Amino acid sequence: MNLEKVVFGFFIVLAATLNFGFVFGEVADPNHHNIWEFFAAFVVNVIATALKFGDRTQIGAVHLATSLVAVLQLGAAALVWFFAHGDLLSSSAIVGVVSLSAGALLANIISIVILIVETTMMRR
Amino acid sequence: MNSILLLTLRRLRAPMILLIVVFAIGMVGLVLIPGVDENGESWHMTLFQAFYFMAYTASTIGFGEIPHSFTDEQRLWVTMIIFASVFGWAVLVASLLALGRDRAVRRSLVESRFNRRVKALVEPFFLICGFGETGQLIARALDLRGRRFVVLEIDEVRSQEVDLMDFHQVPLALAADARLPDNLIAAGLKKDQCRGVLALTNDDQANLAVAMTVRLLQPRVPVLARAMSRETAANMASFDTDHVINPFARFGEQLALAIAAPPNYRLISWLTGLPGTYLKPEAAPPVGDWVVCGYGRFGREVVRAFRRQDIDVTVIDPNAPANPADTDMPMVRGPGTEAEPLRAAGIETAVGVVAGTDDDVNNLSIVVTARELNKDLFTIIRQNLQANRALFNAFDADMTMVSSELIASECLAVIRTPMLAPFLEVVRHESAEWTNALIERLTERIGERAPAIWSVTMNISEAPAMYRLLMDHGRATVGDLVRSPSDRDEPLACVPLYLRREDQAVVLPQDDFALQPGDEVLFAGRGPVRDHQQALLRNEKVRDYVLTGQDATSGWLWQRLTGGARQAEPKARP
Repeated sequence: MNLEKVVFGFFIVLAATLNFGFVFGEVADPNHHNIWEFFAAFVVNVIATALKFGDRTQIGAVHLATSLVAVLQLGAAALVWFFAHGDLLSSSAIVGVVSLSAGALLANIISIVILIVETTMMRR
Repeated sequence: MNSILLLTLRRLRAPMILLIVVFAIGMVGLVLIPGVDENGESWHMTLFQAFYFMAYTASTIGFGEIPHSFTDEQRLWVTMIIFASVFGWAVLVASLLALGRDRAVRRSLVESRFNRRVKALVEPFFLICGFGETGQLIARALDLRGRRFVVLEIDEVRSQEVDLMDFHQVPLALAADARLPDNLIAAGLKKDQCRGVLALTNDDQANLAVAMTVRLLQPRVPVLARAMSRETAANMASFDTDHVINPFARFGEQLALAIAAPPNYRLISWLTGLPGTYLKPEAAPPVGDWVVCGYGRFGREVVRAFRRQDIDVTVIDPNAPANPADTDMPMVRGPGTEAEPLRAAGIETAVGVVAGTDDDVNNLSIVVTARELNKDLFTIIRQNLQANRALFNAFDADMTMVSSELIASECLAVIRTPMLAPFLEVVRHESAEWTNALIERLTERIGERAPAIWSVTMNISEAPAMYRLLMDHGRATVGDLVRSPSDRDEPLACVPLYLRREDQAVVLPQDDFALQPGDEVLFAGRGPVRDHQQALLRNEKVRDYVLTGQDATSGWLWQRLTGGARQAEPKARP
């Protein structure tokens, strides 16, 4: 067992699960979406991105690309939330934040798929 | 560039993650801990405000307590995150600075710049592997003639010297092992502009590896390789290395030629001399008994040359067998630097001495001691390091063998003008009268400095004006090529040496020899003359003046007025 792989897999999966937890629920209902979960998803996604830096392989490059997309989507969601002045009760703001996060979730799912593919390709 | 970015990100991964975690924890705390504003009401920071606060606190800018003054609970938390975040920030900055001093990163920077510049090279260039004395001599000579080169040198310090040397061009050099094919490719081996590879390292195996790599990866690129031993030379020749130079064997050949045909040797060494050298007075090694000190690779070749000329040789070598019966020639055991072994070898009755050890000081010591014993000795001395030139100039031996110069002059002769080699082969077998007459003719026309050697082919790219004339069945002779464009009755300071036409070759073509399209002519002359000759080969007006003595009419109107008659004249010339 390799501790580096554990940490790597942990952050990728955690990024996706937190993201999923935030997105899950009625899109327009602010009560279904916890802003702290969003914050945690954002931070974990940034860490996952940093973990993927500096891998020269093809798979590593795709990994990094998916993470960059996720961070970009979550960043956009954070901006929407910022321009709504923290008022998530208005449904238009919450819809923007949640749908952008849903996009990030897709990127995170791709990341997990790559992780699984990479693991099954390992001969050891 | 790409790899540098990746390397940087990779090295900064840990400090970046540390900083992200500190930010996240700090922000959570800032938002959760309630504050009290001026009106005594409780408030919470938003996540954005917390991020803003962290950003200016971690980077030690410290704008203060925004938006309201903090409570003591908040200040306690802030004190902790200041230490954590400033530390995280400092670690990041420190790793970034350390990266700039990192060897791997610096090397990667140098390499990527080198690769970019090699890629951008559009002129023809030569690839020099090994930047020792030989490599430097060749680089200088190529640079003088405006040819580009790329240097691969295994020693980092020496490869940096390339930048410090005073070249006209911006030299391209990389500290890398030429034995590795990747490095040769990075240095432009696969580029169309690569005109040749010179394997000149001081390691025979490395030269062999370079020659082999080029033969396999880029068979059309010629390889010139240095080989210090006969085995390596034979190995290189076995897979068709274009030119193998074994300096010791080559000196042996020259010595044999110098004994057998002194004028021919004199002419050849002048024609292949490095730029800036002069025609040497004739000095033939005398026939008689010789003493050779040092029986290594050099000594063996010298002895071989002497014996080919049926000259008796006595060898002095510290490693000579104690029992004289073990060898087929007289050998004396001992150092040649002392009088006793020299006397034992018969120096008092000998006509010449060869100092051929691999130590310059010993060699000088040998000839000085030998001259004290016998004033009239002919001295041949081996100079190992070019840096000792001052010493050897001061002694002024009759013949000095400098292997780096020998290799360099041979490489340059091959690179510059492949046609020179067949001409030299002719000279080698000519009579003394013929050679002396040629030396006289050449020096009369072009002086005693080592001449520039060049060849011109009568084709569309090298001599468009002349080629068009010849294709139109116009007549031009070899003599026309050495007329001055400024005054056609004045000869240019150059002499045609050799002319090659598909299946025949003419040595020293006469002035009235008629040219045909495709002829290749070899010239020896003063360097600047070459540019003058270019004018008459490329410019139709200059060509017509040189051929007819009349300035051709140029403008359309003037041609109408003169009926264009003079235009056609060169073709009709008898």
